[in-house]
Amino acid sequence: MKWRINTVIGGALIALLLGTAVTAALWTPFDPLRINLKARLQAPSALHWFGTDEFGRDVLSRLMAGAAASVVVALATVLIAVSIGVLVGGVAGYLRGWTDRIIMAVNDALLAFPGILLALAVMIVIGANKTGLVLALGLAYIPSIARVVRGTVLSIREKEYIEASRVIGNSELYSMLRHVLPNAIAPVAVLATSMFGWVLLAESALSFLGLGVPPPAPTWGNMLAASRPYMETAAWLSIAPGLCIALTLLGINLLGDSLRDRLDPRMAHG
Amino acid sequence: MLGYLARRLAMTIPTLLLVAVAVFTLVRLIPGDPVQVMLGDNADPAQAAQLRTQLGLDQPVPLQFLYWLGKVATGDLGHSITNNLPVLPLILERFQVSATIVLVAVGLAACIAVVAGLIAAWKQNSALDLAIVGGATLLLSIPSFWLGLLLLLLFGLKLKWLPVIGYVPFSENVWQATLFMVLPIVTLTAVEIGVLTRMARAASIEVLRLEYVTHARAKGVPEWLVLGRHVLPNAFAPTWTLIGLVLGHLLGGIAVIETVFTLPGLGRLLVDSIFARDYPVVQGCLLFTAVIYVVVNLIVDLCYPLFDPRVAVA
Amino acid sequence: MTAPLLTVDHLRIEAARTGAVVVDDVSFAIERGEFLAVVGESGSGKTAAARAILGLLPPGLRRVGGAIQLDGEDLADIAPRRMRALRGRSVGMVFQEPMVSLNPAISVGVQMAEGLALHEKLTRAEIRQRCLDMLVRVQIRDPARTFDAYPHEFSGGMRQRIMLASVMLLKPKLLLADEPTTALDTLSQREVLDLMVELARDHGTAVMLITHNLGLVSRYAQRAVVLRQGKLVETGSVRQILSAPREAYTRQLVDALPRRSAASGRRVAGDPLISVRGLKVSFGGRQRLFRRDADVAAVNGVDLEIGAGETVAVVGGSGSGKTTLGRAMLRLIPAAAGEIRFQGRDVIATRDRAFRLASQLVFQDPYSSLDPRMRVGEIVAEPLRHVPELSSSERDRRVAGMLDEVGLGGFAHRWPHELSGGQRQRIAIARAIVRHPSFVVADEPVSALDMTIQAQVLKLFERLQAQYGFACLFISHDLAAVEQVADRVVVMQGGRIVEQGSRDDVFDRPQHEYTRALLAATPVLDLAGQAAARASG
Repeated sequence: MKWRINTVIGGALIALLLGTAVTAALWTPFDPLRINLKARLQAPSALHWFGTDEFGRDVLSRLMAGAAASVVVALATVLIAVSIGVLVGGVAGYLRGWTDRIIMAVNDALLAFPGILLALAVMIVIGANKTGLVLALGLAYIPSIARVVRGTVLSIREKEYIEASRVIGNSELYSMLRHVLPNAIAPVAVLATSMFGWVLLAESALSFLGLGVPPPAPTWGNMLAASRPYMETAAWLSIAPGLCIALTLLGINLLGDSLRDRLDPRMAHG
Repeated sequence: MLGYLARRLAMTIPTLLLVAVAVFTLVRLIPGDPVQVMLGDNADPAQAAQLRTQLGLDQPVPLQFLYWLGKVATGDLGHSITNNLPVLPLILERFQVSATIVLVAVGLAACIAVVAGLIAAWKQNSALDLAIVGGATLLLSIPSFWLGLLLLLLFGLKLKWLPVIGYVPFSENVWQATLFMVLPIVTLTAVEIGVLTRMARAASIEVLRLEYVTHARAKGVPEWLVLGRHVLPNAFAPTWTLIGLVLGHLLGGIAVIETVFTLPGLGRLLVDSIFARDYPVVQGCLLFTAVIYVVVNLIVDLCYPLFDPRVAVA
Repeated sequence: MTAPLLTVDHLRIEAARTGAVVVDDVSFAIERGEFLAVVGESGSGKTAAARAILGLLPPGLRRVGGAIQLDGEDLADIAPRRMRALRGRSVGMVFQEPMVSLNPAISVGVQMAEGLALHEKLTRAEIRQRCLDMLVRVQIRDPARTFDAYPHEFSGGMRQRIMLASVMLLKPKLLLADEPTTALDTLSQREVLDLMVELARDHGTAVMLITHNLGLVSRYAQRAVVLRQGKLVETGSVRQILSAPREAYTRQLVDALPRRSAASGRRVAGDPLISVRGLKVSFGGRQRLFRRDADVAAVNGVDLEIGAGETVAVVGGSGSGKTTLGRAMLRLIPAAAGEIRFQGRDVIATRDRAFRLASQLVFQDPYSSLDPRMRVGEIVAEPLRHVPELSSSERDRRVAGMLDEVGLGGFAHRWPHELSGGQRQRIAIARAIVRHPSFVVADEPVSALDMTIQAQVLKLFERLQAQYGFACLFISHDLAAVEQVADRVVVMQGGRIVEQGSRDDVFDRPQHEYTRALLAATPVLDLAGQAAARASG
């Protein structure tokens, strides 16, 4: 029963996030970039629900625009990481032998850089902007996907239904495409869901450090960074963006849990 | 047992080499000429050529790598461009700050998480379990830097219990130093409790299902001993592996926490060096963190047979 | 006569969440020192009934009614502390899976001593001595070393003995043994059960053996209780239940036991369909840091011939190489040496495609041999990919016909997880037969199934073989099943064939010592003094 509550809350939060992200440009109450120095640092009010920032910009509008930026970055990153990771891990698991060993040695060396550090390093090379961020985070997360895919492929290949496919006379490549890959999708889907959360968090962290999407374009991370000098006088500036990140992550974690429960029947009865 | 140690150690060498290659390549890929960066825009061409020779940059790239690797092996990570200090001592000094926070936080988080996870698994599907899992999921969802900011706001600015900005080394004033460390440690601990509790709970549930737990109960073993002797050691093994990953992950992500609390740690050094285009320091920090990560996981794996004697033979 | 040691009255157990009844109004009793068998298939509630005695029902199950009395003491509403004092002390329990019923993180000695330390006041030295004595008693060769070793260092049979030793150390009044030897091969099964009976007799312990194996019941038990879907079917002396069952279900169980059919004389003269010469399969030794362990020969020089339509059974204990032989004959595992000829052609060197398409395999585990993401119809149709001359409508007809043949017509759109174990195995057989192979390797095809299902699947298999005339290599550790289906029998030990001959020759006039040991260890219904004759023979 528990996963149903998870699914409902998680699904609602993520639907809200995606809905806002897609439609943000159409109905933000104010222009998220318009500076109005007369309305600096106003506390939340009927006009500005979440107050205004140090340049008099409407915080709610900026949060909505920030959602769009974060979702675009996270989705693009997950897409890159999953497609390349599945390819690399799949090839390693399919060919095995020396190819596998070499691919996995490189993979493990890359895994030795904690994800955000690798992204940071790549950002230095590519530069701090949205494209750079996507490429850097994508590259940073490829190794973990590749590792999971390879492990899954190898364990599925040991299953008896793969041996059955071989006895039938199917080629190895056919068995791989028809039997191994469809069964490997579930764990990858679970991983991709949690990865969406990690990427969102990493993106905010990098933006917070000033290494992500550069201002004035709003992201939750750089809004949080900009709020620090006004923490005492305008606490809403620090609370609102963080709350957005936390609720999004909560939604993803809940959704990820129910997805895992559904796809892994062993856990469902737990 | 010795075979396991030897095998695990041998596996580390290629990883470390590849880590070195990756760091070296990365810094080569950074756009711009390092000599130009070091000397400024209006440099004398002769001086530039001399520096190029001095740095070995006129050699073929593989030779440059070997030359660099040789220096790294002797602990020479070069000098900072900004202040010309040797990189390694700089890193080691900053690392002490980061390591203290991370180790204390992970230690605390692990102790709390293992107990909470075990209790949640034992009382699976009860209200207590729901509360623990819900709490862990909530903690997991809070970004560390935001939690840090909120704690600063509350304890530093509103209640004024703890200092807000700055840092005092332990060598100068232990009490003051501790006060500065409290909030960063609490922040990291809270965040890591989330991950570790969920892992400990899942592992404990797996173990609680196994026959040997029923076997212990069928012998009349009291419940606290069943949990302590039969469940905990077996459920701890997977959590232990995760602790290694978490340690490394934190070392990478510590920069944000150090930024929030203005601590002079390794992560802050890296970020500042990136802004200052101080590439020798950037390169040193990346290499150092990766090596620490590899070593931490090596230690974790080497300790693993203590919890699971099967590994030493397998 | 004194009161029984244990009485179970109107026991009722339900699943807490769904309210499904797992044990429904079951009553039985055990006398002191008696050997009672509780017989049932999966879903009969036999394990739940046994665990309820110690209050160890798995989470999700709960006792909702009935009384349990041990030695006049009511166990149903007992304080937890008192129950813990009885567990181990008065009632011991032995579990099925030797691989997961000992704690891998703790040494054997600590686990053995645990019960003693809890229930008796002894010094460490006394505890150690008692444990060592008991290890000697269960015929463990190096007790002192065993005491300090960890469970993973032992084979399944050794672990079951260690478990038995640790339970019997406390001389319980009642021993609950839940399928204690199901995971063991025939020889270890015999050894462990013989030891159990001996120890129980010495300590005056009553035994409640939970099993699905009527052969074991006939050999060891005095009385039996038959359960089906949570209900008590019948109870009585073993002799009466096996020779004159009162209930239809009990009769069905007895009838499900494999029986020797009249010799078929299917052995065809002339060239064999498949001949194997000097077949050798080695597995690479483990890669150490600087050296590699020597290769291990799993199959070591096997010669074998199989005629068209003939069933050759390969029997042997675990590690005998029988499964490897089957896989190697299908070229799923490369042979290190030797040749395999199919209709006279060498199939190893040429990677013969015709042989691949003419041979099939049926697996032991019906749960992992079907792709969970394919529908039953697709699974059965898949081998026909390689029969290009079939039009798609012909193919559909062939699949539907095949499903009808295995009694699962109309199941084409189901998913494997919607089927029972027996149904899955029928699908696996349908997949193997649909292309009309001339050679099928059946690797323990029924040993994962319930007894009545086993009988049905074996019957189906025999019928299909008669109909389609394929030759079969029937790999099994279950000599009773082999006796029913085989034309010829090959006995393997340590990768070599130690004896082969016609079924009747091998069963009635075994030549090799190992064959005789296997036959003696095989539990059969002891209705005509058969087993006694064999054991002494």
